[in-house]
Amino acid sequence: MSDAHSVLAHHFDNLEQQREAGTLGMWIFLVTEVLFFGGLFTAYTIYRMLYPVAFADASLHLDTTLGAINTAVLICSSLTMALAVYGSQVGNRMLLILCLLLTIVLGAAFLGIKFTEYAHKFAEHLVPGSAFSYGKPELRQQAELFFSLYFAMTGLHALHMVIGVGILAVLVFQAWRGHFSPVYYAPVELTGLYWHFVDIVWIFLFPLLYLIGLHLGGASHV
Amino acid sequence: MKDAVAPVLPREHYLNVNYGIRSWLLTIDHKRIALLYLVSVTFFFFLGGAFAVSFRLELLTPQGDLVQAETYNKLFSMHGIIMVWFFLVPVIPNVLGNFLVPMMIGARDLAFPRLNLASWYLFNLGGLFMLYAVLSGGVDTGWTFYTPYSSLFSNTSVVITVLGIFISGFASILTGLNFIVTIHTMRAPGMTWFRLPLFIWSHYATSLILVLATPVLAIVLLLVMAERLFHIGIFDPALGGDPLLFQHLFWFYSHPAVYIMVLPAMGVVSELIATFSRKRIFGYSAVAFASVAIAVFGFLVWGHHMFITGQSVYGSMVFSFLSYAVAVPSAIKVFNWTATLYKGSIAYDTPMLYALGFIGLFTIGGLTGLFLAALGLDVHVTDTYFVIAHFHYIMVGGTVMAYLGGIHYWWPKISGRMYPEGWAKLGALIVFVGFNLTFFPQFILGYLGMPRRYYAYPEEFQILNVMSSAGASILGVGYILPMVYLVWSMRYGPSVVANPWPATGLEWRTTSPPPTENFAQTPVVTWEAYEFMPREETEVVGKLTPADQPT
Amino acid sequence: MWSGFPLFPEQASTVAGRVDALYTFLLIVSIVMTLLIAGLIVYFIIKYRRRTDDELGAPVTGALTLELLWTVIPFIIMMVMFVWGASVYFTLSRPPQNALEIQVVGKQWMWKFQHMDGQREINELHVPVGRAVKLILASQDVIHSFFVPAFRIKSDVVPGRYTTVWFEATKPGTYHLFCAEYCGTQHSGMIGQVIVMEPTQYQAWLSGGTAEGSLTAAGQKLFQDLACHTCHRGDTQGRGPVLDGLFGKTVQLQNGQTVRADENYIRESILNPSAKLVTGFQPLMPTFQGLVSEEQILQLVAYIKSLGTQQAQVTSGAPSPNEPAGNPPLGTAQEIPASAPPLQPALTPPTAKDEKP
Repeated sequence: MSDAHSVLAHHFDNLEQQREAGTLGMWIFLVTEVLFFGGLFTAYTIYRMLYPVAFADASLHLDTTLGAINTAVLICSSLTMALAVYGSQVGNRMLLILCLLLTIVLGAAFLGIKFTEYAHKFAEHLVPGSAFSYGKPELRQQAELFFSLYFAMTGLHALHMVIGVGILAVLVFQAWRGHFSPVYYAPVELTGLYWHFVDIVWIFLFPLLYLIGLHLGGASHV
Repeated sequence: MKDAVAPVLPREHYLNVNYGIRSWLLTIDHKRIALLYLVSVTFFFFLGGAFAVSFRLELLTPQGDLVQAETYNKLFSMHGIIMVWFFLVPVIPNVLGNFLVPMMIGARDLAFPRLNLASWYLFNLGGLFMLYAVLSGGVDTGWTFYTPYSSLFSNTSVVITVLGIFISGFASILTGLNFIVTIHTMRAPGMTWFRLPLFIWSHYATSLILVLATPVLAIVLLLVMAERLFHIGIFDPALGGDPLLFQHLFWFYSHPAVYIMVLPAMGVVSELIATFSRKRIFGYSAVAFASVAIAVFGFLVWGHHMFITGQSVYGSMVFSFLSYAVAVPSAIKVFNWTATLYKGSIAYDTPMLYALGFIGLFTIGGLTGLFLAALGLDVHVTDTYFVIAHFHYIMVGGTVMAYLGGIHYWWPKISGRMYPEGWAKLGALIVFVGFNLTFFPQFILGYLGMPRRYYAYPEEFQILNVMSSAGASILGVGYILPMVYLVWSMRYGPSVVANPWPATGLEWRTTSPPPTENFAQTPVVTWEAYEFMPREETEVVGKLTPADQPT
Repeated sequence: MWSGFPLFPEQASTVAGRVDALYTFLLIVSIVMTLLIAGLIVYFIIKYRRRTDDELGAPVTGALTLELLWTVIPFIIMMVMFVWGASVYFTLSRPPQNALEIQVVGKQWMWKFQHMDGQREINELHVPVGRAVKLILASQDVIHSFFVPAFRIKSDVVPGRYTTVWFEATKPGTYHLFCAEYCGTQHSGMIGQVIVMEPTQYQAWLSGGTAEGSLTAAGQKLFQDLACHTCHRGDTQGRGPVLDGLFGKTVQLQNGQTVRADENYIRESILNPSAKLVTGFQPLMPTFQGLVSEEQILQLVAYIKSLGTQQAQVTSGAPSPNEPAGNPPLGTAQEIPASAPPLQPALTPPTAKDEKP
C-alpha cells in the first residue's frame, strides 16, 4: 500500500492540494474536449438545418439496433467504471480490478460493434470518397456529407474510446501492483471522469446521427 | 521571521544545479522549460522575420521582379503562420509565464511539471512539421487558410503545415490548463486573488482563451486536412459544402487568439509601469476585471472578420456593436496605466521605455481597430494594408515591445546578470523608430486602396512601400541588437543582487537566479500587490529592505 | 488632399463622401486620443521623474469616478461610431430598385462582365455616370473580392452563391479595380479598371460593340436547349412550378418553411433541386451541376427574372395522379439539339494533385 509521503509530488504542499489540482485539471481538459467535439457538432447542426431531408434519409441507413446496443453497453461501462472508482476509494482491490476489467471488456465490445458497423457501411458503399454510391441520386451529395460527418464524429469518439481503454489497461496493471489506496486513488477517479465524458458524447451522437428520420415513419434501409 | 532575504550571489541555483544535455531535455523545472521555450521561439521569430525581410525587399518596386508570384505568396503565408503560432501565441506565456507564474504566487513549480515539458516537445514537434513544410516548398494559402483555395486548389504542403499547427495547439492547451490549475490551487498562504500581480490576472485570462478556443482551431484544421485528403465536401460548394463555414470556425478561434497574443503583454506592462513608477497600478481591480472581460468578450466578435462575405446585415451589426464593447476594457487599461504615472517616481530604465512605447503604439493599434469595427468604413479598408498596419501595431508595437521590456526587466532574475543599459536603450529607440517607419505608411496605403497579399502594385503606391521597407530594415537591426548583448551579458554582464530594481512581487524575494525550488521556505503573504514602502518601514515583512536596494 | 502625396483615393461614387466623412471623424478622435495619452505620458514622466534613489511614488491607487468617466465617455463615442458606420453599411447593402444590373464572374485570375444587352468585358467595366449600378457577383472557383477604392465598395465573391454590391458613379474617369481576397498565384494580377462614362458616351459604347444578344435572350435560348420548358410550362400542368412572375415572390416549401425566390434561390434550384422542394411537387428535377457554367446560370437567372408579372404565390400545381408513367428522362445532355452552341465544359475544381496553370 502506498503511504501519503511517497505519493505526494515535490511541488505540492499536501495531498489535498494535489488532489484538488488533479481534479480541476481533468475538468478543464474535459472542457477542451467539449469545445473540440463542439466544432464537429456545429458543422453537423448547420448542414442538418440546410439539408434536413437528405440527413433524415441517410440516417435511415444506420443500424439503429446496433447503435442502441452500443448505447446500453457504454452506459453499463460507466456503471462498472463508477464501481471501480468506489473500489479504489474504499481500498477494495479485487472490486477495483474486476470492475476495471469489466469496463475494458465493455469498451472493447463497443469498439467491436462499431467496427462491425463500419464494415457494413464499407460493404454498402456508404463510405465517402470515390466508392460512395447512394440510392437516391438527388440526395447523393448531401448524403455523402452526412456520412462524412458520421465517420468524423463517431471516428473521433472511437479514438477517444481506444485511448480510454489503453489508460484503463495501465490502471489494471497499477492496481494489481497495489498502487492505489484510500489515501491515493486519484488516477482512477480522474480516468473515471474521462470515461464518463466519452460516454456522454455518445449519448449525444446516438440520437443526432441514428434517430433523425425515424419519427417520420421511414423504414430503416439497413 | 519568514522573510527570505536573498544573499547577493547564490552559490547554487537552477542553472548550475546540474549540467548536461539530459538535465535540460528531461527537466521538469518550470524555469528551465521557460528557457527551452526561449530558444525555440527565438529561432522561429528570426525565421518568420527572414520571410518578412524577403517580401519587403520585393515590395520596394511596383513590379514583381525579385521573386516569382508563387514564391511571394509562400513568403507572406509562412511569415504569418510562423509568427502567429510559433512566436506570438507562445512567446510571453511560455517564456515569461512559465518562468514567473509559480514564483509570483509563491509556489515551487506549476501544477503539472511533466505536462509542461510535454508541451515544449509538442511545440517543437509541430515546429518540425512546419519546418519540413517550409523546406519542401512551403505553403501559399495565407495564414488564414481560406477554403476552397486551401482545401481544393493550392498545390503546396497544406496538410503538413496544418498538421504542424494542430500539434503545436496541444502545447497551447496544456499550458493554459497548467496555468489555470496552478493559479487556483497553488497560491501561497495569504496570496488572495486580489493580492495577485496583474501579470497573473492577465495570464489567467489568457489561459481561459487558450483552453476554450484552441480546440476549435484543432477541429477546423482536421476538417481542412480531411477535405484535402478525402474530398469529403464539407467546404466545397460543388459538393454541397459551405466555404464560409470554414471562416466561422476559423475566426471563432483566431479572434480570441489575438487576445492570447496581447493579454500577456498587457500583464507585463502592468508590472513594468508599477515598478518604474514605484507605485501601485491605478485602478488595480479595474485592470484585473478588464483582463477577464477582454477574454470573455473576445469570443463574441469573430464575425467582424466577415463583414463583406455577404452575411446577414443584422448579424454584422451585432458583431460591430460587440467589437466596440470589447474595446472598452482595453481603453480602461490604457487610462489606468497612464494614471499610474501621475505622482509616480519615474525611472527611464529600458524596460520602462518599452512599456511606455507599448502604451503609445497599442493605443494607435487599438484606435485603428475602431475604424475596422465601423461597418461602412470596414467595407473600404478590410483586406487592405490598413488591416495589416492595425494588427502589426498591436502585435509588434504591442506584444513584441512588451516582451522585450519583460525580457530586459526579468533578465537579472533569469540570468543573475544585468544587461548593458546603454546598448539596451539604443536598441529600444531603434525598434521604436524602425517600427513606426515600417507600419505607419501602411495605414495610408490601405486607405488609398492597396490590397493585402499583392506582390505587384500600381506605381502610385511605391513611395509608401519604400518607406515601409526602409523601416523594416531598421527594425531588424533593433531586434538583432538585444540578441547580441543579452547573450554577451550572460558571460560578461555584472552580477546582480536579488532585487536590483527594486520591485515588489514574490519573484524578487528570492535569489537571482533562483534556486530550483524557488523559495527556501514557502512565503506567507500579508501585504497587498505593489506595496512600495519607504525605507524606514522596511522592517515589516514584504516591504523593501535595505538589502534590496541597488548597489 | 495634396495631389503630390495623396492620402485619400478619389471620391467617385455617391457613398464615397460618406465613407470619407466617417473616416475623418475617426481620424480626429484617434489623433485627439493619441495626443492626449502621449502628451500625458510625456508630461508625467518628465514632471515626476525620479530625483533620489529611494524615492517612491505617491499612494494614489484609484478613483471610482475617474474609472466610470473614462469608461462611459469612450463608450458613448464608440456608439456614435457604431451607429454612423451601421448607417453607411445599410446604404451599401440596399441597392436602389432601378439599378442597372451587370453580372460579374470572378475566376482565377480575371473578372468577366456580362451586360444585360449582351456586351461582355474582361477586366474592364464600362458604366454610365449618375446611374445606380448593381453587380451580381459569382465565382467560378475560389473566393475573390470585388474592390473599387474610388467607389469605397468591396464585396467578397464566394463560390456556391451570389453576392451583390452596388454603386452610383459620380465622376467620369478610369478607376482601379482590384481583387481583394487572396485567390492564388496571380492574385495581384487580378486587377482591372472601371470606366465611368457620360450617358451619351455610354450609349454609344453599348451599341458599338459586337453584342451577342441580351442576357435574357441568351437565357431564353438555354431554357429551351436544356429542355427546362418541358416541365416548367406557362400553365400549371407542368411537372415543375410555373416560373412566370416567380422572381421576388415568396415560395412555400414542402417542409413548411417559406423562402424568397431571389437569384440565389434560382441558382440553387438549378444546381441542387431537392434542397428546397416546393410544396406539392415531386423531387423529379435533375441537377444541372457540371452541365452549365456560372455565366450560363447567370443568363438563366436573368431570363427567369424577366418572366411575367403575375401576383399569385407559387402554389401546388401538381400534375394529376393519372399522369402517364414512363416520362422521358429530363434534362440530360443527350437531349440538346445539335444546333445549340456547345455548352462550356463542366468546371470541376482541380484536385490538389492537378497541375496549376
